Order: sequence, then structure tokens, then C-alpha cells
Amino acid sequence: MRLKTKFNQFGGVYIPEMMVKSMQDLETAFITYTKNKKFRNELKSLLKNFAGRPTPLYFAKNMSKELGFKIYLKREDLLHTGAHKINNTLGQGLLAKYMGKKEIIAETGAGQHGVATAAAGALMGLPVKVFMGAKDIERQKLNVFRMKLFGAEVISVESGSKTLKDAVNESMRYFLANVESTYYLLGSVVGPHPYPTLVEYFQKIIGEETKEQIISLENKLPTKIIACVGGGSNAIGIFNTFIGKNIKLIGVEAAGNNIKHGKTLSEGTIGVFHGTKSYVLQTQEGQILEAHSISAGLDYPGVGPKHSYLKNKNLVSYQSANDEQAINALQYLCKKEGILPALESAHALSYVLENQDTFTKEDVVVICLSGRGDKDIGVVMEHV
Amino acid sequence: MFKTNSFIPFTVLGDPDIETSFNIIKQFIDSGANALELGFPFSDPIADGPIIQKANNRSLDNQFKIEDGFEIINKTRKYSQIPISIMLSFNLILQYGIDVFYKKCNLLNVNAVLCPDLPLEESEEVMEYAKKYNIHQVFLITPTTKEDRMKEYAKICSGYVYLVSLLGVTGTRKEVNKNLKILIEKVRKYFTIPIYVGFGISKPEHVKSVFDAGADGVIIGSAFCKIIENNLNDKNQLILRVKKFIQEINHLNEKQTSIT
Repeated sequence: MRLKTKFNQFGGVYIPEMMVKSMQDLETAFITYTKNKKFRNELKSLLKNFAGRPTPLYFAKNMSKELGFKIYLKREDLLHTGAHKINNTLGQGLLAKYMGKKEIIAETGAGQHGVATAAAGALMGLPVKVFMGAKDIERQKLNVFRMKLFGAEVISVESGSKTLKDAVNESMRYFLANVESTYYLLGSVVGPHPYPTLVEYFQKIIGEETKEQIISLENKLPTKIIACVGGGSNAIGIFNTFIGKNIKLIGVEAAGNNIKHGKTLSEGTIGVFHGTKSYVLQTQEGQILEAHSISAGLDYPGVGPKHSYLKNKNLVSYQSANDEQAINALQYLCKKEGILPALESAHALSYVLENQDTFTKEDVVVICLSGRGDKDIGVVMEHV
Repeated sequence: MFKTNSFIPFTVLGDPDIETSFNIIKQFIDSGANALELGFPFSDPIADGPIIQKANNRSLDNQFKIEDGFEIINKTRKYSQIPISIMLSFNLILQYGIDVFYKKCNLLNVNAVLCPDLPLEESEEVMEYAKKYNIHQVFLITPTTKEDRMKEYAKICSGYVYLVSLLGVTGTRKEVNKNLKILIEKVRKYFTIPIYVGFGISKPEHVKSVFDAGADGVIIGSAFCKIIENNLNDKNQLILRVKKFIQEINHLNEKQTSIT
């Protein structure tokens, strides 16, 4: 490997030998094409004209007035296909095309990454296979249909807990058998090197835009930035530019129903899972536990290795919000600002609502609104 | 210790239960296996196909604990001095404690350890302890491994080298990789230790073609896991089927193997 594979002790390439060459090739392509003018211009143009970047940094006037400090929302929810996921799938989809790969595969939980990959595949003219847990297929019917409309093949994963972690397992297994011709488009800052670095590269545009926008609006940097953390790609994306700059960065994990949860960073232990060393929800013996959250996107027992590093270095504070708090926050934003956030993003929002007393009127807070909530309407209807 | 002309059966420790698991291993030994490959079950094995995944689950669903695995190995050791190689996901070693894990292996006379998710890049983490406790660390070589990597692996891999015959996960295939002979010759340039071939070998005819291609040993896993899966309700029948399958292999490969 040519780049650094670890963030101190976290990260690495804990993968079967037959996958190593493909990770080396991917790293080489990443280094080469991200320096290539044609590639950069093509990606820039797609992000602007296809995905809809830059996204607004919206001053949430009503909410700010009620809570007594300034709140800005980074509107990734306004992107094409409904979430920040498209930043990564366009970047990696383009890599797949430049590398001459014949097909793209992806895993998906809620289906957001699957939809974003299917759209990118349609755009690039590459066939897409999406691996999705049977349980998730059942609870995310709309996204499954959206993927199919984009021409993707959705493969039902019947093994294990039939959710996101099993979809990753199956994607890796398929990839092992088809490494030469297939591009594995991983959806978050997880997995073996170079994925955490590569996905961070494609998502850091969220923070770069935010910095420029907040300076033009406030003439200074924000005091706090808050994002939800499942695998952690939207959080890394918005935090990246602001790490170590005396800005309070807060990652919010899913506390689930308080018994079963996705608090990988707050309650997990260090382990090796899906090719990387990071915090993991696991038994004492190292068997991986099932995570739970009302939002399928936070329903993952692992987390990106950079987050583990940031936690141990105290550069980001990791908190949590439970299912009920997320539902409340979702409804709050709908009524206050006329914005329907994804349940994932509602976790970040909920942190602010539940911890109002820790903010002062001098605070300028940015919340990463990573996705829109249209996909969650069915779930919300059952809870309201 | 790990010899040429070897037949190496694989089974998941604790599959389908601890008692039967030991009986299966005993049958392997009685039928003339030359070495054993014993897997510790893991919840999310990424290099395994559906058959071995199910074997992992059967064991874990029975509340298998790492110590149960060591207990089966202990009993096996009392029964026979056959070379034992254990295969497991690195996370299980990490949680047990790398030092104590290898120490335990030494104590039980385990001969080799193989982590399918520990390639060259991450090997350093265990090599110190493998050396300290005199355990062979075995690595995978695959059709995608370039020769400069083989050279590096040759420096650290000992006991035998596990050659993955084709791309993909463990499981049954229709036939053996046609280019296996060339692959084995390439690997032979760098390794003086025996080359054992595994992945996708499930039929007695496969075993013959793998030996014909020049392998020093053949590892069979999924085929045995499938026998277990098909005979869960009758443990005697299960053991009988294992015995019969090995007899078939022996019969077809009398010339090559030194099975008695």
C-alpha cells in the first residue's frame, strides 16, 4: 500500500489475501485519478449539475429563535436521491468507470446508498448489483423499487441477521469471487483501506462548503458542529475541515430502544470487523452483535476507523439519541421549519433539542442534515 | 510435521455440538487423515460460503465458547499426535489476547494457526507471538498473489502454505481450477514447505486432480460441513457418512496418499 492504512492503531487491511490486490489497485486508481484534471472536472460537474451541489447552509430562523442560539442546517437532504450518499457514489462510480470495471456492486441498509449507487450506475452506464438484507428489503420497499427503476438488481441476503452487516458480508463474498471485473462501491468510511480514506475524500466537500458558507454568513467559524454517526460518512464529511480548530464536534449515535442500540463508539470495544480495526459491538469473545436503531442507516455494529481515532484523541465527542427522541426531533423540524429530515439526521437534531442547556446565546451551531425523511414516512406513521 | 501426500479434513469446532464435533474429528483420525484443520466459529466469516457459514452458526447457536474449542482440541491431542492447524478470524484471537492465545496453543500442542483475514500487511501483529510460542503461522496464497508477495510470504509462512485454488469463498465447485498446475509450480519457486490446496474441493475426483496438479496436500471443508448439515437428526449416520466419504477419497487416490 502506498498511502497510510491506519489512523494510529485503527484501520488497516484485515482482509483475505485474494482481496488485497484489488485494494492495491483501487488505491493506485484513487491516487492517480484524483490528481487527474479530466477526472476532477468531470466529478465537479456531476456534483454540480447532477447532484445539485453546493447545498445550502440554511439558517433555521424559527428554531434558533425558540432555542436562543443560532442554528444552521447543512442541507444534504436537498441532494439528488435524497442524501449525502450521492457525493460518494458519483466519486467512486467515476473511479469504477476510469478503472474500466464491468459492473458495480454495493451493500445497503436503508437503501439510500443502494439508490445513490443505482443512480450513479445508470448515469455511468455500468450494471449495478445491490446486496440488501431480507429484513431491510421488507421494511424499505420504496427504496427497493427505486433501485429497480434505475435498472439495478437487488439481491436479497438471507444469512445472519438479514440486515446491513450481512449485506456487507455478502458483498465482500461476491467481490472475492469477481475481483477482476467488479468494482465494490462501499457506502461509508468503513471497511478495509483504502475505503475509509477514499470515502472521506469524496465526502469532505460537505465541510469545505460549510466553512465557506458560514464565513460569508457569520464572518467566523461555527462554535459547534453536530452530525449523526452510523458508519460515519456524513460526520467525517462535515467534521474533516474543522478537526483540531477549537470547534466542538459532536457525533450522535443511535441509542435505539435503549436495550438494543448502535452505540458502537460509546459502548463498543476495539475489534476487527469487515476488514478494519475499530470500535465494534461484540461479545467478550469477539462475536459481532446485532445493532438496532429505528433508522436503518445507523443500524450497524461497526464504525469508521477514523472515528475511533478521533474518539481516542478526544477530538470529537460521541453522544447518542434514542428512537423516540429521533422521532420527536423529526416532527419538531417538520413543524418548526417545514423540513422533513431523515431519521438518521434527526438523531443529530435531537441532540440539540435534548441538550439545550449546554448551549449559550453566543453559540453558532451547524447540524448536518444528511438526508431527507421521505423514505421514513412509513416508519414514522407507525410511531406517531 | 506437515507432510507431503496429505489429506487434511476441516471441520468447525462445536458443529453440530461439542460431543459430535469430537467424534467427527476422531473419525477423521481413524480414517487416516494426515493433519487436521479445525475452525473456531465466527459470527461474520467473510471468506466462507453458505455451507461453512451455516456450520459456524450451528456451533454458535449451541452457545459455543472459545474454551469449548480448546477442550475439543485437548481431547483430540490426548487421542492422537496428528498435526493440528487451527483456522479462525483474527478478531477472536484479538479478543482472547494475542499472547495468551498463542500460549494456549503451545500448551495444547497445536501446530499451526491460520487467520484468513490476516494478510501480509497485518501479519506483524501475530508473528512475534507465533515465534515466541513456537507455533507455525500459515498464510493464504491465492491466484491474485503476485510473485513479489509470495517471496515476502515465504519469509514468514511456516508449517505449510495454504494455496487457495480459485477466486471466491469456500464452498463446492463443479471442477478444479484448470491452471492449478501452473499456479503450484509458481508457488513452488518460493516455498520449500508443503503446499496444501483448499477452497472449492468437494469431490473425490477433485482430490485426484489436485494431487495430479502437484499439490502436497488437499484440504476439504465444505463437503464435510454439508454431510453434517444433511445428517443432523442421526449422529451415528453422520459419522458413518464422514467415514464413507473419506473411504471414497482414499480409494480414488490410493497411489498418492499414504493413508493406512
